[in-house]
Amino acid sequence: MIRLAEVISIVQGDPRADRAVPPTGFTAQLTLFTGAAMALLAVFALALSLATARLADRWSRELAQSSTVRISAPESQVAVQTEAALRVLRSTSGVESARALAPAEQQALLSPWFGPDLPVDVLPIPQLIEVVETSGGYDAEGLRLRLKAEAPGAVLDDHTRWRRPLIEAAGRLNLLALASILLIALTMVAMITLAANAALSANAQVIRVLRLVGARDSYIARAFVRRYTLRALAGAAAGTLFGMAAIALLPDADPAGGFLTGLGFSGFGWLAPLPVPLLAAVIAFWSTRVAAMRALRGIT
Amino acid sequence: MIELQDVSYSYDGADLLSDISLTLAPGSFHFLTGPSGAGKTTLLKLCYMELMATKGQVTLFGRPADQIGRDGVAHVRRRVGIVHQDCAFLDHLPLVENVALPLTVSGQSTEANMQELRELLGWVGLASKMASLPAELSGGERQRAALARAVIMSPDVILADEPTGNLDWEMSLRLLTLLVELNRMGKAILVATHDLNLIRQAKSQVSARVLRIKDRRLQLAGADL
Repeated sequence: MIRLAEVISIVQGDPRADRAVPPTGFTAQLTLFTGAAMALLAVFALALSLATARLADRWSRELAQSSTVRISAPESQVAVQTEAALRVLRSTSGVESARALAPAEQQALLSPWFGPDLPVDVLPIPQLIEVVETSGGYDAEGLRLRLKAEAPGAVLDDHTRWRRPLIEAAGRLNLLALASILLIALTMVAMITLAANAALSANAQVIRVLRLVGARDSYIARAFVRRYTLRALAGAAAGTLFGMAAIALLPDADPAGGFLTGLGFSGFGWLAPLPVPLLAAVIAFWSTRVAAMRALRGIT
Repeated sequence: MIELQDVSYSYDGADLLSDISLTLAPGSFHFLTGPSGAGKTTLLKLCYMELMATKGQVTLFGRPADQIGRDGVAHVRRRVGIVHQDCAFLDHLPLVENVALPLTVSGQSTEANMQELRELLGWVGLASKMASLPAELSGGERQRAALARAVIMSPDVILADEPTGNLDWEMSLRLLTLLVELNRMGKAILVATHDLNLIRQAKSQVSARVLRIKDRRLQLAGADL
């Protein structure tokens, strides 16, 4: 377990130890760039993850507690069967309310597809009954059987067949986004390890001299670790800010909007990317430390 | 302080040193001679744990070498001043910082020891080169700088591998005088060298034992010197 004193000394730094290790050239830029690029991708993946989680929750919430009963019967039977269905529904445990939609409401539902001039009153359009469930829900199979007995033209649609694949899709997108964040972290580990190894190889002579004059492994490693940790932190901070700015410039995360307009952060969600630079620094710290300690073991 | 007991060292199946016994006690002065490739550098490396004996026992400051961890090696090297044959420096640091490296890595401030650094660099004739980079120094200057770096921590033991290889006679004598002074302060000195004149000069100033590596074994020399 790393001691708090070591973390503090990493942050404070030792200018003399820093000077002992020469500037590491391209690996410095590589670490900075890797930190920035990976943080940017992590912010996008995080936005995707939060958006899909939000979407799944909304779909689930909106569709879970409402059902529809459709009365498809000869015109003379529609009113009678609607009344019968409403009676059944109102006496069903788990149904909070049930009401037949007015012609104007049905017209509003159909107008996106058929236009506002649809003559609902002269067309054989089924009567719709909106059912609102209690939080406990109802027994769909039992209700279907009772409706069939009382109103043969009534068809219960509890939205399950719509809801399930949508929620599953949103859940998988969320998983995909989380897997992306994990892959980004692993890629960052690999890139920083490679950069640190390159710097350690280039400085083999420096390390040998330092060991010869009595430097401990932790002293030598600290000079490398501090440098890479701070670079990854700076790069990731820049990448995170850039990513958040890019997300902010996307269309509003309007809850009523579609999936693409909902891609972004909302409310406290804007705090979610803030730990990204810190995580990048932690990744850089451990990657460089492990690489440095492994390299130092090969030098007496 | 440093003791080798029946030590052998093999590399890649070939014996480089066999049954070496040597004690570097406080105040002792040893010269190590032998033809090139005889194993002088190898023997020195065994004394500061750059190499580990394949047989026998090396004891450093009372602890068997095989029981000393990596941090322990660093601690041992703070008590052993090493003048390496290749005079390796950190090329990006000025001379004064290179000489101060043993202080730096042990957590001491270069600034606090600046007076001592100036005196030391003045003594080895490098006062005017304090700000020079190692690449700007001649071979002899590098060797003197290596000696300054080896003694800055006032170590208990000084191991020098061909320390006068790139020095003129005057500077070699200066270096020898410094080693003799350090020896009189109780430091143990082991110098590997080809320079028989230096050995003869030293014997006139200090009681030094001259050892020779021949056929992988250590012998007492001196009769022919």
